[in-house]
Amino acid sequence: MTVHSLYILSKSGGLIYQHDHNIPTVEHEKTFSYPLEVKLEVQNRNIVVSYGQRDGIKVGHTLMAVNGMKVTGQQLEDGRDAMLVLADEANYPINLKFARPRLTTNEKIFQASMFYPLYALACQLSPEQRSSGIEILEADNFRMNCFQTLTGVKFMVISDVKQTGIDNLLHRVYEIYSDFALKNPFYSLEMPIRCELFDEHLKSALEQAERLGISNI
Amino acid sequence: MTIYNLYLFDRDGQLLHYAEWTRNKQSGMTREEEAKLMYGMIFSIKSFVTKVSPIDLREGYLTYTTNKYRLNLYETPSRFKFILNTDVHAQGIKELLHQIYTQVYVEYVVCNPLCQLNKPIESELFAAKLDEVVKQSPAYASRPA
Repeated sequence: MTVHSLYILSKSGGLIYQHDHNIPTVEHEKTFSYPLEVKLEVQNRNIVVSYGQRDGIKVGHTLMAVNGMKVTGQQLEDGRDAMLVLADEANYPINLKFARPRLTTNEKIFQASMFYPLYALACQLSPEQRSSGIEILEADNFRMNCFQTLTGVKFMVISDVKQTGIDNLLHRVYEIYSDFALKNPFYSLEMPIRCELFDEHLKSALEQAERLGISNI
Repeated sequence: MTIYNLYLFDRDGQLLHYAEWTRNKQSGMTREEEAKLMYGMIFSIKSFVTKVSPIDLREGYLTYTTNKYRLNLYETPSRFKFILNTDVHAQGIKELLHQIYTQVYVEYVVCNPLCQLNKPIESELFAAKLDEVVKQSPAYASRPA
């Protein structure tokens, strides 16, 4: 029973609030000998596994560290290019750490604004009259619930498939939003929410939802 | 319970087959345009899901639900996409889609030398078998008259 993260979208599709509650870190460290058993390639200035899943290292994982040295983009801490280090046989055996990449703030904004047209398209491509947009999006290992208010603000919660009571949680978040964001005289609509009271109440609501997982929030 | 319609796309996003059982609302555009829109939406949803997912995804099955219907996407390793719209309460759709792939698509299209694999399916036998399999499924059968 886990609530992973929460997104709030304004009615024009902009991300106005995002909170990562409980995102598991997926990290794997392994010592490799020459030549490397995994195929790496550079994608968006990161070094990403493109082929050869093994020992928990999956396609799409990024290279985080080489011999305990952090990798930023393609560069090692000492300024060397990580790809060149990996290509040189003299550096082996080598210890590499891979992890599932976390979304950066920019990517979160991007993904949130992607959801906006998806919501609208789901409505348009509906085989049934008067359908709403996407309310629940479910993949094999997570679920996203979306609640759109009458004013067009969307609340999205990403949680474990087994988590229950999400509907109540979404309504509770809406309540917190109207109490602590909208009643705040320093908050202007459509702008990111920066308000301590809102943060606090939201966190406790998420924790409560995780603990109970049932309908009485 | 109801099964509304089915789209079958190949790996390049071409609509290979469209079948319809009950559909109460047309999208108001031509079938080609609608197929492009559908493929575009699925493509975006897939990229959205892989990005937003907190852990690694395992397989190519994905659904979304609105207040009126549910869209079920089943993607084979060869990236054929089967999209089936059902009502919200339909059960066992994943198995049905797998069955459509292995017992209808593979049997009557891949094993038919006269069917070109990268062209829309023209085989009448395929359409008939697809209709038969869908109508036999409990999700279709238990619909109120």
